[in-house]
Amino acid sequence: MKQKKDVQQGTLALMLLKTLDVLGPLHGYGIARRIEQISGELLSVNQGTLYPVLLRLEQEGAITSEWGPSENNRRARFYRLTCAGHKLLEVEKRDWEQTAAIIARFFEVKAKDLA
Amino acid sequence: MRALNRLLTRVLNFTTRRRGDERLREEIESHLAAQTEENIHAGMTAKEALRHARLKFGAAEAIRENYRAEEGMPFLEILLQDVRHAFRVLRKSPAFTVVALITLMLGIGANVVVFGVLNAVLLHPLDVSDPQNLYQIRHKTWMSGRLLTASYPTFEDLRQRNTTFSGMAGFYGYSNARLGWRSNAVIKISGYEVTGNYFDLLGVQPEAGRFFHATDEHGPDSAPYVVLSDALWRSTFHADRGVIGTTVELNKHPFTVVGVAPPQFQGTEKFRWPDYWVPIVNEQQVEGSDYLHSRTSIAVTVIGRLKPGVTPQQATENLDAIAAQLAKEYPETDDGQGLRLIHPGLRGDEGDVIRGFLLSVTVLALLVLAAACANLASLFAARAADRSRELALRVALGSSRWRMVRQLLTEAVMVSLMGGAAGLVTAYLLLGALNRSPLFVGQLTVSVDARVYLVGLALTLGSALLFGMVPARQVWHSSPLQMMKGEPVESLHLRRFALRDLLLCAQIAICTLLVTASLVAVRGMVRALHAPLGIQPEGAMLVYLDMSEAGQASAEALEKNDATVERQKAVLEAARSIPGVTAAGAVSQTPMTGGIHGTPVFPPGTTEFKLNNSVLAPYVYRMSPGYLATAGIRLLSGRDVSWQDTTKTPYVVIVNETFARKMWGETPAIGQRFILSGHLTEVVGVAQDGKYHDLEEAPQPAAYLPSSQSESGGMVFVVRSQRAPSEMAAALERTLSGIAPNVPITVQSWSDSLAGELFPARAATAALGVMGMLAAMLAVTGIFGMAAYNVSRRMKELGIRVALGARKPQVMSAAVRRPMVLLGVGSAVGLVSGVFASRLLGQIVYQANPQDPVVVGGAVLTMALLGIAASAIPARRALAVDPSALMREE
Repeated sequence: MKQKKDVQQGTLALMLLKTLDVLGPLHGYGIARRIEQISGELLSVNQGTLYPVLLRLEQEGAITSEWGPSENNRRARFYRLTCAGHKLLEVEKRDWEQTAAIIARFFEVKAKDLA
Repeated sequence: MRALNRLLTRVLNFTTRRRGDERLREEIESHLAAQTEENIHAGMTAKEALRHARLKFGAAEAIRENYRAEEGMPFLEILLQDVRHAFRVLRKSPAFTVVALITLMLGIGANVVVFGVLNAVLLHPLDVSDPQNLYQIRHKTWMSGRLLTASYPTFEDLRQRNTTFSGMAGFYGYSNARLGWRSNAVIKISGYEVTGNYFDLLGVQPEAGRFFHATDEHGPDSAPYVVLSDALWRSTFHADRGVIGTTVELNKHPFTVVGVAPPQFQGTEKFRWPDYWVPIVNEQQVEGSDYLHSRTSIAVTVIGRLKPGVTPQQATENLDAIAAQLAKEYPETDDGQGLRLIHPGLRGDEGDVIRGFLLSVTVLALLVLAAACANLASLFAARAADRSRELALRVALGSSRWRMVRQLLTEAVMVSLMGGAAGLVTAYLLLGALNRSPLFVGQLTVSVDARVYLVGLALTLGSALLFGMVPARQVWHSSPLQMMKGEPVESLHLRRFALRDLLLCAQIAICTLLVTASLVAVRGMVRALHAPLGIQPEGAMLVYLDMSEAGQASAEALEKNDATVERQKAVLEAARSIPGVTAAGAVSQTPMTGGIHGTPVFPPGTTEFKLNNSVLAPYVYRMSPGYLATAGIRLLSGRDVSWQDTTKTPYVVIVNETFARKMWGETPAIGQRFILSGHLTEVVGVAQDGKYHDLEEAPQPAAYLPSSQSESGGMVFVVRSQRAPSEMAAALERTLSGIAPNVPITVQSWSDSLAGELFPARAATAALGVMGMLAAMLAVTGIFGMAAYNVSRRMKELGIRVALGARKPQVMSAAVRRPMVLLGVGSAVGLVSGVFASRLLGQIVYQANPQDPVVVGGAVLTMALLGIAASAIPARRALAVDPSALMREE
């Protein structure tokens, strides 16, 4: 139970960073919507879980935030990727691709390849 | 870097208590608003849109929790919460808190005091370089002087012939001198006469000036230098650096002050600190007699360092071979006895005794703490049981078990931290008082250093875990449903009580053991005090006035000896003339002051005075007529010596019973002869036996020679009078001013001077007595707590019983039977272990015998009385139960 949550949190942070990287400054709701859209509504995460992750990333210095007006002129907090965040994203991305590649190889392997 | 950044932010948030609550609230609001708007666009009603938005967002409260956890330091926050809660809980039951605190304070305080002494005496190495490689050479047996090893010529032989030591130094540790400095009053000081390489061998650096070295020695009296101890330098010379290079007088001989030893260096003995060090080549100026050339004056303590790679075993074999060689070369003086190596510091062989004593007391102190922990564990367990409803409610409301255990442990740790702090403070004050008190023989400073504090802290936390685990375990294993129902299920009830019973039983067993130990100690002390010392120190005073001019006392000066005898006579007459003085006498050395050894006795007709030909080696005292009567030594037959026994009349001696029995068995000793110090000597009297070296010795032979027939030397005057020692000093000074003006007089009551000899027994009694008292207190609180708890838990049941017509004895038995049974079982276990621990106790106390019926009876009686006293109040409460009031209350 706990383990699964940890994994989700890690991936959630990566998704979040990538979204900000692609779309530029966004507020919490915006990020949540994008993640839903991109993941094709397959991922059902409570939108609220985003906020603790955002706070942690901000404490780590990967993102910064400031108040600003939203599209429909409401006050919202906008999150923006910092330099450190860009670097972090690169590192995480490489890590993730590596992991994915390794796992992929395991799936491709057949019995005769190992003989 | 990232992690550090984050930690810093969190610590900052934690300390400033800055909360992002407002920000999160606003963000959630705007999030929900945006979602709702979108939902409305999608065609929902306003109400439904908001509901869906909320659903999609998730449990706001849980998210807020997570958010906060990310924000600050939840661990610390919860800890703070726990601490605050624990404070409230403890404040609500002040009686419980105070009892717990005092229990811990006593337990931990006792341990810290014991460890402080242990630390100072055993764990602190001597302040010399490489203390592990420093050895002191001792004889295998025979030698009874506490420090002495060999004569100076023998020491030189050992030093030159050995192949296993990289260096060897010798010192005479019983040097005394009168210090004259400018026009100040002459004071008596004591110190060491040491070989030139002493300081270099030990690797000590001077605090000021320089030390003397082997190169300063050029034969007798060639190095009139003195090194002052830091204490003497500060007290007498006001820490004046100008004193270095000036001349002071030691026994009227000029010595140049060359340096001051550092404050942490006090020689190699932990209990005997010298005031000064002078080169051994100049010993005659200080001592007034020459021991450098005599193979019979065993004056030197030998210390040395082994060559690298040499084991103590090899060194011992090497030394034994040299000793055998010497015995062949000097058969009259060297007996070829084997040697052994010990670590210096604790008065030679007493090291083992002191070590054993301190370790045993440590064990006992730990037992006290164990009993205290058992006591607290049962108290805490009882409290946890009483709070079971509260705890159950909290579990039901969603608190985790771990959280509750944590809460209970926090409480335990807090109690123990407070108790430990109080214990440390008490111990600190007590050790300070100990340092100032004259209880310690010689000098020893017990400092409270980091190690002591660390041990205190470790004990505190250790005991917190010990007694905190019991209630925690109880909570961990309980089910909230059972607890909510109030009365626990019977089986559970029994099991929990079984644990508490066990704790109380263990506690009582430990307490009985300690009470037994303290009774044994007290018995031992009483015996030691009434041991046949052979003297009656009560009401007698020792007067030291060393009138022999340095150099005057050499053996050949017989005319001068007459003068010394005349002066002795005059002093004794003067002392007797003082009103209130009933008797006076003089002796070369009072018993049990160390440093003495046997003198060989030969049968009449012996021509070859080899040690092998000697028949006995008694302790020999020189004394004036009247000494025996003054000291309270009974003359069993024959006569006392008299001033008419001179070098021109036949040599006479008084021997003790053991001497007479060993030499002549049942034959009357009077009129028998033997050769002592080259003189044919006739026995004229037999005196009672006594103790001569220490309390534990077997009966030893002793001989008393008239001072008028023997070599002169310093004498101690014994004066029997009811007056106070200080008064006596003034009176003596007045009376003696005609005979010996300006002689420093020191007067000490004899009992006080024996305090050092009785010190082990006194210290053991004090230590064990205190432990016993603590144990007794713990036993009382334990039984009281148990009985009181029992009664309060069963109030309702007792009320019903009374209402149904139970008689008083039945109510009583229901209330206090259990603690009483436990008391019996625990006491029995404790007594049995006390009997088995007799070896441990024997090590501590003189003549300890836990099987002693008085001790066993006393222990049983004490425990029974304690039990009755402790359960009296709960029993009264049980008897006073008013059923109607009780029923109404519930």
